[in-house]
Formats: sequence, C-alpha cells, structure tokens
Amino acid sequence: MRHIDHKNVVKRMGSRMILNKTFKAIFFMATLFALLSLAILFYRIVSQGIGFISIDFFTNFGSRIPENAGIVAALVGSLWMMAVIAPVSLILGVGSAIYLEEYAKKNKLNDFIRMNIANLAGVPSVVFGLLGLTIFVRALALGNSILAAGFTMSLLILPVIIVASQEAIRAVPKELREASYGMGATKWQTISKVVLPSAIPGILTGGILALSRAIGETAPLVVIGIPVIIQFLPDNLLSQFTALPMQIFDWAKRPQEAFQSVAAAGIIVLMMFLLIMNSIAVVIRNKFQKRY
Amino acid sequence: MVQVNLNKPQLKETTDSNQNVNMNNIVYDTKQLNLWYGNHHALKNIDLAIKENEVTAIIGPSGCGKSTYIKTLNRMVELVPSVKTSGQIIYRDRNIFDSDYNVEELRTRVGMVFQKPNPFPKSIFDNIAYGPRIHGIKNKKTLDEIVEKSLRGAAIWDEVKDRLHENAYGLSGGQQQRICIARALAIEPDVILMDEPTSALDPISTLKVEELVQELKENYSIIIVTHNMQQAARISDKTAFFLNGEVIEFDQTDTIFSTPSDKRTEDYISGRFG
Amino acid sequence: MATSEQTEKLSIQQMIEEQRGKKAKKRIEKSIPIILFLIASISVLTTFGIVFTLIFETIEFFQRVPFLDFIFGKEWLPFSNKEPLFGILPLIAGTLKVTAIAVVVAVPFGLASAVYLSEYASDNTRRIIKPILEVLAGVPTIVYGFFALTFVTPLLQQFIPDLKIFNALSPGIVVGIMILPMIASLSEDAMTSVPNSIRDGALALGATKLEVAVKVVLPAALSGIMASIVLAVSRAIGETMIVSLAGGSTPRFDLDMTDSIQTMTAYIVQVSTGDAGFGTTIYYSIYAVGFTLFLFTLLMNWLAHAISKRFREEY
Repeated sequence: MRHIDHKNVVKRMGSRMILNKTFKAIFFMATLFALLSLAILFYRIVSQGIGFISIDFFTNFGSRIPENAGIVAALVGSLWMMAVIAPVSLILGVGSAIYLEEYAKKNKLNDFIRMNIANLAGVPSVVFGLLGLTIFVRALALGNSILAAGFTMSLLILPVIIVASQEAIRAVPKELREASYGMGATKWQTISKVVLPSAIPGILTGGILALSRAIGETAPLVVIGIPVIIQFLPDNLLSQFTALPMQIFDWAKRPQEAFQSVAAAGIIVLMMFLLIMNSIAVVIRNKFQKRY
Repeated sequence: MVQVNLNKPQLKETTDSNQNVNMNNIVYDTKQLNLWYGNHHALKNIDLAIKENEVTAIIGPSGCGKSTYIKTLNRMVELVPSVKTSGQIIYRDRNIFDSDYNVEELRTRVGMVFQKPNPFPKSIFDNIAYGPRIHGIKNKKTLDEIVEKSLRGAAIWDEVKDRLHENAYGLSGGQQQRICIARALAIEPDVILMDEPTSALDPISTLKVEELVQELKENYSIIIVTHNMQQAARISDKTAFFLNGEVIEFDQTDTIFSTPSDKRTEDYISGRFG
Repeated sequence: MATSEQTEKLSIQQMIEEQRGKKAKKRIEKSIPIILFLIASISVLTTFGIVFTLIFETIEFFQRVPFLDFIFGKEWLPFSNKEPLFGILPLIAGTLKVTAIAVVVAVPFGLASAVYLSEYASDNTRRIIKPILEVLAGVPTIVYGFFALTFVTPLLQQFIPDLKIFNALSPGIVVGIMILPMIASLSEDAMTSVPNSIRDGALALGATKLEVAVKVVLPAALSGIMASIVLAVSRAIGETMIVSLAGGSTPRFDLDMTDSIQTMTAYIVQVSTGDAGFGTTIYYSIYAVGFTLFLFTLLMNWLAHAISKRFREEY
C-alpha cells in the first residue's frame, strides 16, 4: 500500500498555498508598519514645525517667547562639537582598528581588547554621560565645555568607528598586501600606502554615520550638564555651549503649546543636518564602491 | 642623482657575460629546506640549485608545495602565521633565514608576480612608481624614467602610455598582469618569482606574458610556478617536479619532458594524475 | 655591451641602497605598533573609567543609604524633605514596563519584517526597504521622544480615555518602534546566513515558502534571532530620551501602564537637569542607579554574546 495518497496531497495543497499567501501578506503588512511609522513621524514633525522655520529661526538665540526663539546657538554649538568629535574619534577608532587587524597577535590581552570593544558598544549612552561628568567635567576640570562634551561623545561612538574601520580594513584583498610586501615594503609602508587608502571610503562612510549618531545623541549632554539658555556663540573649545538635541529637549519639555512647534522646527533642522551627513556618506560609498 | 640608462641593449648572450658575477652561476641554493604550516609538513628536504639568467619552472599537482616553495624564496610565506622552517636558502652567498637578514632588502632584490593580477587601486603610474617611492626615490624625473622603462620592459608601454594617470583597474586582466610585471621590474630586481602568473588569464594574454618571460630572461633570473605543463615546456630552461612537498626530479626541461628518470614524473607528464 | 647592461641593471638598486641609510624607517616600524597599541587601549581605559567611576561613587552612595534599602526598597522618594527614600524597585519596575511593551511591539513586527525580507521580498523590494529601516534606526531618540509625547500619547488617549499625559504605554510603543529595525536587520542577517541548500531541500519536497520559513529557516536561525532580541532589550533598557519626555517622573512599583512612571535612565536625566548639588546624596544616587542600569545591560550583552557564540558553532 502507498503511504502517500497524492489525491490528498493535492487537496491539502490548496489550503497550504492560501496559508502561504496569507502569511506573505501579513509579513508584508508588518514590514509596512515600520515604514508607516517613519512616514507619520516625518509628516507630523514637518507639518508641525515648518511654520517656524524662517531666517530668524536660524539667526536668533533661545527665547522665552516662542515666536522669537532661534536655534543659532545650538546649531553652531553642534558644529563646534563635531569639530572635536570627528578628529578624536577617527584617530582613536582607526588607530585601534589598524592595531587589531594588522598588529594584534592572537593572545589573551588582544582578545580582551576585542571583547571589551564589543561590550562598550552595548553601554547605554546615559552611562557615558556619567563617565564624562566624572572624568572630563570634574576630574580634568574641563567644565561643561565643548571639549568635555566632544570627548564624551567620541568615546561613545568609538566602538562603532572601530568596528566599521576593522571591516573596511579586512575588506582590502590580501593580494594587495602581498604585492606591496613583495616589493620590499615594510609593514607600516604597506598599511599606510596600500591598506589605508583602499579602506578609506569604508572608514569614512562608517565614520560619518557614527558621527551623525553623536550629533543626534542627547542623554550624555544632559548628564554632563550642557546648558540650554545660551545667548552667545562659543569662541573656543573651553566655551560653554548648547547643542541641537539639547535645545530640542528643552523646548519639548516646556508646557506652552507653541514651544512644541518650535521643538518640531528644531527637529527639522537636526534631521536636515543628519540627512546632509548621511547623503555625504552615501555619495562616498557609491563613488568608491569596491573596484577590486 | 644617478641617471637611469634608458637605452636597454638587446642582449642575446647574457649567460656568458654574467659569469664573472658568480663563479658557478647559482643564484638560489636551497639546502635541506623543510617547512611546516602548523603540523602540516608542506616542504620536505628540498635541495635545489637555481641558476642565474635561466627560466626555472616548477611544476606539480595542486597542493604539492610549489607555491609554498616560491613564496619561501622571498619569505612571503611568513605572512601566514604558524609557519616554521628549517634548512637553508642561500641567495647570493647569504642564508635568507639568518636572524639578521633584512627581509625587506631581500624582497627589494627579488621581485614577485602573483597568481591573480593585483595592481593597486591607483593610477598606472603610481602602481609602477610604488616600489621606487617606498624605497625613497622621490625625484619626479627619475620616476618618469623608471616608469617608462619598466613599462617598456613589460611590453605594455605602447598600450598605456596615453593613460598613465588612469586607474589600473580599467585595464584588461592580461594588461593588469603585465602592469604587475612592470611594477616588479621598476626596482630592477635580480630575480623575478612568478607564481602561476597566467592562471587567471585568457590564452592570448597568456601568450603575451609567455613571450615577455622569454625576453626578460635575458636580464633576469626567473623562477616560475606553473600548473600548465605545456607552458613549462615552452618557456623554461630547467624544470623541477614537485610532489607531496618533495622535489622528485630537477633537470633540463627537455630531459624532464622527453626522458624523465622517475616513474612519477613520467606519470604526471603524461597526464596520468594531477 | 655586457658592462653597460650591468650598470644599468644596478642603477635603481643603487639609488635604493643610497636611500636606505638615510631613513629612520626602522624606528618608525618599531614605534608604530606601540603607538597603535596605546590608542587601542583607550577603549579599555574607557571601560575601566566607566566601571571605576560607577563603583566609587556608588560606594559613596552606600555610605549614606543602606545597600539593602536600595535593592529591596519599594519607594523612591529622593526629593522628600522629611525622609528621602532610595528603594530602586520602582525605577526598575518603570524600566521593565517600558521594555516589556517595547518587546511586545518590536518582536512580532521585527521578526515578520525579517522573514519577509529574507524569504519573500525580491531584491528590488529589499533594496528599498532596508535603507528605510536604516533611516528608522538612525532617527535620534530625542525625535522619537517628541513623537511619543506629541503624537502617540494623544492618539492613544482617543482609545484609552484614562491614559495620563505621562505613561508607560506610549514610550513603550515608541521604544518598540525604535528597536524594531535592530531586530529586523540582525534577525534577517541570521536568516540569510542559513544555507540555501537547506531551503532548496525543503522546497524540493514540495514545501511552501511559509513552511520553509517557519519549519526550516526560523529554527536554524533561532539563536541569531534570540541574540538580536536580547540586544534590542538591552537597548530598550538603556533608552533615555523617549522615557524622559513621555514617561514622566513618578516612580511607582506596580503594573499600571497608563499612569506616569519613572525609569532608571529618566531619573538620571531628572537629577541632571535639576539643581542637586555636587556631593549630595541625590548626586551620588545617579551613580548607584547608573551602576544598576549598567549591570542590567551588561548582563543582556553577555547573554546575547553567549547565544550568538553557540550560533556560530552550528554551521
């Protein structure tokens, strides 16, 4: 006797196909949920805040009167902070990545460094704020300055930059290294003249994405005590300053309805800022897309 | 600054003229070389004396150790962690495994061409100038001369002279491989190691590289690993047959291919395995 | 002729030889690895910095507040003038409420998206959807917080009239949306790494894509999926701005989702924006809370690590 009755199989096939189709639709709808949330979020914020976007908004300082509130101090402050984060985090991140990929031998110490970086990536940003408050603001007496905030943020995004740089370095084909060594190049010559130039697009893409995360991050700034009411522009790295997310947080907390719209306008500026950075990253990625 | 002489004389009788350099013409003398990857004994008691201004082909089935051997000659094999060696390789009167032997210096004297064309993602010019530059030659005029001379030497000057500053990745695979040969020539090595240089190329490009090898042997000692027995027969003076990490037979190419003395060589040559 | 050949062949080598003496190459080669090692140690120093900062200030805190009162206390009233109470359970309850809601939102939607992307979607669809998920993951949390406060809460109030302005539900849902891309993309990675041969085997037996996904791919990718969920939970526990803006600042030890709460992270923010002076018990309390938070996330990260380590051994 036959174990499989093909008539039965065909009969059941119909319902199995329907089930498959149904679930495909359900999975698709679930995917749409994420896209829909994003669309609503953008729509809400733009429709609420666009009315407040004006030249004045970009040139005014913070104010008690919503109509007069502007974002110049926060925008300039964020740029200053970026000027600290970008070099510090790139030097530390790329340096660490080169060490781990090119020099680190397989031993306990280096395994520990690797594990440590993975763990560091999972530490909540607010805890980095506590670190910054204790070490940079108080112990090194930098106060709630651009430098203190920049250092804190650099450490926060350090694991991301290290991992991105490691991947970019690892993606450089070993044939290129061999070619360089074969010419009698030393290890550092090979790294600096062959490996890094080939890895730079990947490093930059990852670096810019990490940087944009730092620019949007609020919690560490709150904890290290970055003020919000700033009526001047910073003129050096030890100046007090405020930053975009900090300013938005302050506006969003205020009870007056109108400040909600100011906050939305601030978010638009922040998102444009991030959009520009991400576009640059995408352009770099496309321009230098793997040629080997 | 030393002038580079661009008028390369076409020499035909170099083997005789170079005799004063080394009495017995031996450029690489391998003595009792053993090599392990971890626990894997990849090269066993290799003894090979390679002569100057000859093309020495190394043949054998995959995994026989021929690539490992050629990479040992410029100590590239050490890029693989867990490699151990014993024995000696005497290059120009010195054992390259000596503890004070400068491996960069060795690789400056011994050029290498790899299986897959591996130009740097830079311009053609920068590719060729890479070697001289890392060794401190910065003068623009000198570099220009070196680049032209090397590209001519690799028989690719006419094809690329108008686009020296374009990326080398725009070239065909065969052209890329000749760029890589030119890159190796740019530091005027004494020996050129070629690790299956045509395995990734089409037949026409292969032919061009083979012709080039014939020309280069006038001025350089060439050691070439090849998968392709016909290639070994066409271009080499001497042939070594490797099997399971051992040298089975090493002789004049004609002898190896007509009257091999070892049964295993004969089996391999006649295509019975490999 | 022979001699000219000789000199010509040696000229470049000669130049190289001349340059060799001049360069400080050797010193560079020796010092670079040391410099790079020092740079790489910064990340280790950062971890030590975090751990020691938290430990020292927490010890200071426990000189003032008994340890047992802290971990078993059911009331968190640090600002009380009469008798401040530092029982952390209400803050943990707040954190767990938000995390639980986030998981309820993010896991089904995240996994469904992952299945869709890895098993059903065409390459083109994937090329459109994945970057959008990346954008969603890149939205700053302050923006999500604002969204929760000004859109999700009022929207929910239409259905749940009792819902307070500050509550656990709204930030929970929004944190869920925030961690969704993480679950979706990490789970999708785990599913795509299931070898196609396994899929083909099932398909060749006449299985539908759904059956392949549920009975073959999901079990094979399970540890990767679990790891992604645990990592997302860790992220939700540490999330700060959404709960600060939309969760409120009323620590309570109960299961009410509709009323104002306070999470560990939100407490740290509340103290930081207030004017608790340096050296007060309240000042030290943020470190004790931060330390607790750190331990929670560390545990989660180790768990994720342990799970995904097993996963790697499977193929």
